[in-house]
Amino acid sequence: MNYMLNEDLQAIKEICIEIGEKHILPIRAELDEENKFPREIMNIMAQSDLFTIYIPEEYGGTGMGSMALAVATEELSRYCGGVAVSYAANALGAMPILLMGSEEQKKKYLPQLASGEKLCAFALTEPEAGSDAGGVKTRAIKDGDHYILNGTKQWITNGGEAQIYTVIALTDPERGARGASAFIVEEGTPGFNYGKKENKMGIRASATRELIFEDCRIPAENLISREGFGFMVAMKTLDNSRPGVAAQAVGIAQGALDEALKYSNERKQFGVKINSFQGLQFMLADMGTQIEAARALTYTAAGLIDSGAKNFNKVSAMAKVFASDVAMKVTTDAVQILGGYGYMKEYPVEKMMRDAKITQIYEGTNQIQRSVIAKAMIKEAHRK
Amino acid sequence: MKFVVAVKQVPDTAEVRIDPERGTLIRDGVPSIMNPFDTYALEEAMKWRDELGGVVTVITMGPPQAESVLKEAISMGADDAILISDRAFAGADTWATSHTLAAAVAELGDVDAVFFGKQAIDGDTAQTGPSVAASLDWPQITFVGKVRELNKDSIIAERYVETGMQVVQTELPVVLTILKDANVPRVPSLRGKMKSRKVQIPVWKLSDLGLTEAETGLNGSPTKVVVTATPEARTGGQIHEGSTEELVSRLADLLLGEGGEA
Repeated sequence: MNYMLNEDLQAIKEICIEIGEKHILPIRAELDEENKFPREIMNIMAQSDLFTIYIPEEYGGTGMGSMALAVATEELSRYCGGVAVSYAANALGAMPILLMGSEEQKKKYLPQLASGEKLCAFALTEPEAGSDAGGVKTRAIKDGDHYILNGTKQWITNGGEAQIYTVIALTDPERGARGASAFIVEEGTPGFNYGKKENKMGIRASATRELIFEDCRIPAENLISREGFGFMVAMKTLDNSRPGVAAQAVGIAQGALDEALKYSNERKQFGVKINSFQGLQFMLADMGTQIEAARALTYTAAGLIDSGAKNFNKVSAMAKVFASDVAMKVTTDAVQILGGYGYMKEYPVEKMMRDAKITQIYEGTNQIQRSVIAKAMIKEAHRK
Repeated sequence: MKFVVAVKQVPDTAEVRIDPERGTLIRDGVPSIMNPFDTYALEEAMKWRDELGGVVTVITMGPPQAESVLKEAISMGADDAILISDRAFAGADTWATSHTLAAAVAELGDVDAVFFGKQAIDGDTAQTGPSVAASLDWPQITFVGKVRELNKDSIIAERYVETGMQVVQTELPVVLTILKDANVPRVPSLRGKMKSRKVQIPVWKLSDLGLTEAETGLNGSPTKVVVTATPEARTGGQIHEGSTEELVSRLADLLLGEGGEA
């Protein structure tokens, strides 16, 4: 399929392919096995300007937007879902500043993120606040020209590797979700420490870690937007980042299909290549068709965001749900096509199947996303 | 610092064949790439530019389509590029090529170092770099595996040669030929690719270099390729199976049978 990517998007794709072939492919199994953060690859991405694409030109970026981010994330995910999410999580972390940050905050933080000099992470989830983001317990208490943070954030992608964190905490616990606020916290701030590093099923190249705040004093100017706007910041951030998860899912699925196509053209049983069997051909056909549909929906969602549309949370959720379900199905089928070899770590498809699973879970479970989609549809239908 | 990197557009050797009648490379339909060794030369020049400041200018001598390797170099981070192209340069051997490249380096002026790949994968001569040094009457360090020190006056580099490693120091300006041990070439950047799309690459012709037709191209080339041939393809070996005793005696029979004498 030719999506008529313009020259800039084509250039991004070529860069990601070169990074993938030369720098990810040779070490992805090792990163997975050893739960190792791809620091060196992040440096290469920085040098190649990949961190500039979602940051406007006036803040040191190239300002190419959501579609560009989707293309990059998809292409990197074909090689390794863990490396790709380590990249994309930077955009997620920067999103609150991009969307709602003050001019001073943008000027201070975005250029160092665009250059890749610093990495970024978004911290919303807590032990008791997953899908129910209103369950956040981390407190931020105003003390003169500072806020004092206390609490623990859990499962933070790029935790311990990023230098800049956007953190959701309660400034007014009485008001629940409406009492939440968003803050920028820099690594090294006294009272801010890293906790447990998670041992995950998939995307093991990515770092997932606890953030612990104990009387952590941050300057009041690090408040993003206004007190009480934290939940809105978080929801807008996730609406904007979901096409990125969809793109990750499409990339993982494409990587698995590529392996299945290659293997089924080499493997012989009963004296013929196994791709000559109709049962297997039908599987390949469905995998390819589902991936193209997921890609089209993902690009549509990303394109809608770039067009400046206000209401895109429905299609953004649809892309995330559909693409992640496709990724799970396609990677499972790829393991099936490779048979016993597919189940072994010598082949990459078992890793892809493990990597795919998280796309159905994070940045809003697919169940929550279906609720979002249905609510948006019902609202649209009755607005007339 | 002012660094020049001389690159060559070559056919992707994985795809190349030789015309047995004419003894020349069949280039039709074969993709052209930047000579892989030149990517290490480019990276080395850019690495030192990044450290010391200055500019990296990439040059190539070739037909108009050789512009694509210059654009690739710019996408990787070279500052500018010059295409040295004229019908008069066609058919040049390494002597005429070096003479022409040296004239371009002289024309650029105040160059501190010229970086070459250790050799091109099509001709495999490894002569052009050293010959440019000779033409310019500059010192040269060939087969550089590592540049230890480089400053505005001098360079210390490690040469990896068959007998071991030599550490060589010399004054600038200098001509270097770089091995792949020296570095890992960087991936092109997005800004580099955007720049390379827009950049107008100047073309220097015979008249720009102050050379004559007699000194360049086929006219200026003392070397004549008499014949180029492809070695006959080797036939597959034989595989024999059996016990050690059987195999030893069969092997002895075969050797004696074929060679005549043991």
